[in-house]
Amino acid sequence: MEFKLPIGDWADAAVMFLLDHAQWLFDGIDLVVGAVADGVQAALTSLPGVGLAAIVVLIGLWRNGWRFALFAAASLLVVAGLGMWHQTVDTLALVLTATAIALTIGVPLGIVAARNDRVETVVRPALDLMQTMPAFVYLIPAAMLFGLGRVPGIIATIIFAMPPVVRLTSLGIRQVPHELVEAGLAFGCTPRQLLFKVQMPTALPSIMAGINQTIMLSLSMVVIASMIGAGGVGNEVLRGIQRLDIGLGVEGGLAVVILAILLDRITQSFGTPDAGGRSPRSALRSLLNRRRAERPKDDAHLSPTHGVTEAG
Amino acid sequence: MTAKIAVNGVTRIFGRHPRQALDLLKAGLSKEEIFKRTGQTVGVLDASFEVEAGEIFVIMGLSGSGKSTLVRMLNRLIDPTAGEIRIDGRDITKLSRAELTELRRRDLGMVFQSFALLPHLRVWENAAFGLEIAGESLKARRDKAQQALDAVGLGAYAESFPRELSGGMQQRVGLARALANEPSVLLMDEAFSALDPLIRTEMQDELLRLQAERQRTIVFISHDLDEAIRIGDRLAIMEGGQIIQVGRPDEILKQPANDYVRSFFRNIDVTKILTAGDIARRDQVTLIRHTGEGPRAAVRQLRERDREFGYVQDGRRRFHGVVSVETLVSAIERHNGSATLDEALLPGIEPLPVDLPMDEVLPRIASAPCPLPVVDGQGAYVGAISKTAYLETLGRTR
Repeated sequence: MEFKLPIGDWADAAVMFLLDHAQWLFDGIDLVVGAVADGVQAALTSLPGVGLAAIVVLIGLWRNGWRFALFAAASLLVVAGLGMWHQTVDTLALVLTATAIALTIGVPLGIVAARNDRVETVVRPALDLMQTMPAFVYLIPAAMLFGLGRVPGIIATIIFAMPPVVRLTSLGIRQVPHELVEAGLAFGCTPRQLLFKVQMPTALPSIMAGINQTIMLSLSMVVIASMIGAGGVGNEVLRGIQRLDIGLGVEGGLAVVILAILLDRITQSFGTPDAGGRSPRSALRSLLNRRRAERPKDDAHLSPTHGVTEAG
Repeated sequence: MTAKIAVNGVTRIFGRHPRQALDLLKAGLSKEEIFKRTGQTVGVLDASFEVEAGEIFVIMGLSGSGKSTLVRMLNRLIDPTAGEIRIDGRDITKLSRAELTELRRRDLGMVFQSFALLPHLRVWENAAFGLEIAGESLKARRDKAQQALDAVGLGAYAESFPRELSGGMQQRVGLARALANEPSVLLMDEAFSALDPLIRTEMQDELLRLQAERQRTIVFISHDLDEAIRIGDRLAIMEGGQIIQVGRPDEILKQPANDYVRSFFRNIDVTKILTAGDIARRDQVTLIRHTGEGPRAAVRQLRERDREFGYVQDGRRRFHGVVSVETLVSAIERHNGSATLDEALLPGIEPLPVDLPMDEVLPRIASAPCPLPVVDGQGAYVGAISKTAYLETLGRTR
């Protein structure tokens, strides 16, 4: 006798049911995601390639210093030299779209999960499932529900890439030291003020790490999603595989790696205020107002007050 | 006068069914029995005390004695299970959320053991935190934060980040944050316990200095008796969630309520608790400085009483100086009858303030030629301390 759980059949039936009865929902999602993707794509391609590259290099200079800016410039030249510029920009647009949507859903979900144990107990296994399910598996229902193309690729990417930001947002907020929360309350914070003035800023490094992870996962998934026609550099890699064209595969892979390094370093620099020497806020402020930032040094020797002795 | 803070029969039970435990408490069960039967922990049990406006009230106890829970009930970071807490006569346990928020913003400041500064904010922004929460304008925030930072000696560090400062300096920021919105009550939870001993003493002095400038009502939690005695006007001693004794340090020292309290004080140096005023004696000859009483009369008085030194006051009992038989006689010889008491004053006699701790009295009487006079805050003569009197006090209390 053969024993087999009909889970595959159920999944099949569920997708079919959705296809029959909730087509309006998927059309709506399709519309929204498509519009966001179009917007991002249009924004990135509205500039000439050189302009976009210059912006990336400048951000690198601001966040990571001149060495990284130099590296960014060189690596972007390599991408252009490979003839992969347009595909890479397409991939970037897909990553940014998927990331933006993943964060829009993921950060609030993480906040709710941090503040409510019941939500956390429901969300946690769901995230585990989303993360451990082989990435290719999402492609099938996504393609069935949304057809082939960019949108199902982005949807699959969102599902695959969202877990880290939810997890790390929740973890970051839960790990805010108890006395900091007490301090917030003791000085009269409302629950909303506590969240935005104490918990979120304190959890920011953790949340930024989650955002960084989400971006990196988006990138890897976007490449896989080329199998259902998402486009971008993934197409080149896929073509390389299909034709056993090692050269094309390596070139496509290199473009992905370069994009990954640039995105990783830049997003990481926002999460660790110490690495670049400044937090985003203070960096902005010191750019805007250098004089004020330098003042403490001038005053320090003028006031030999208490406390100075403890500085060591 | 009504007390600034009046705590009456406050109990806090930790657990899922506090009411049930409360009923058992009323039925006379002990904390241990309640824990065994219901699994609920009694954090604070029937605490009552009053804090007067302008005093530093120290709640002392070992860890686990419930003192941190107790102070957190004063701003309702922890809600009492039973009892009432009145601040300025208003029962804060009955406040709505909005009223409570308002009370915390306006009347209560708090300083934490771990400093609890926000790492992403500059020093001045941390100091201005309470003001920002209360919705004050940027300019008001900057000004008041700067004032508060100046008051704690950190005015020059306004633009630094907390991580750039030492522990002591960070806690000064914590103090500035609590002072910035000028609360009438300051809650300090083991505020100096995380600092090393030298800095801790410095911070205690700083607190006393700030308190001398502007009187606030301070409730200070500590497990360090030296600290409690140093800064506290009155102490409450807690054990196992209950308040065992409330009183001035010297009162508790002289009449400890039980062995627990006594053991607290066993290793304490009495010279840190008793002050010059406690050991001054009024058995010296006092002379009034006015035209009628000249050196001759003074010499006669001293010889009659068989004393060598006389303590000169003016008509309003203000201490003026010390004369000796020797200086009086030589003044009479020099000026031949027209001499005044002023010409016979011993040089370099500094009177002791009445609240000077005994341990600081010692070096001064050791080097003084005569028993040193003690004066009160208005400069009036209170008595004098001789080396013999000092040693007798030490012998009696040891």
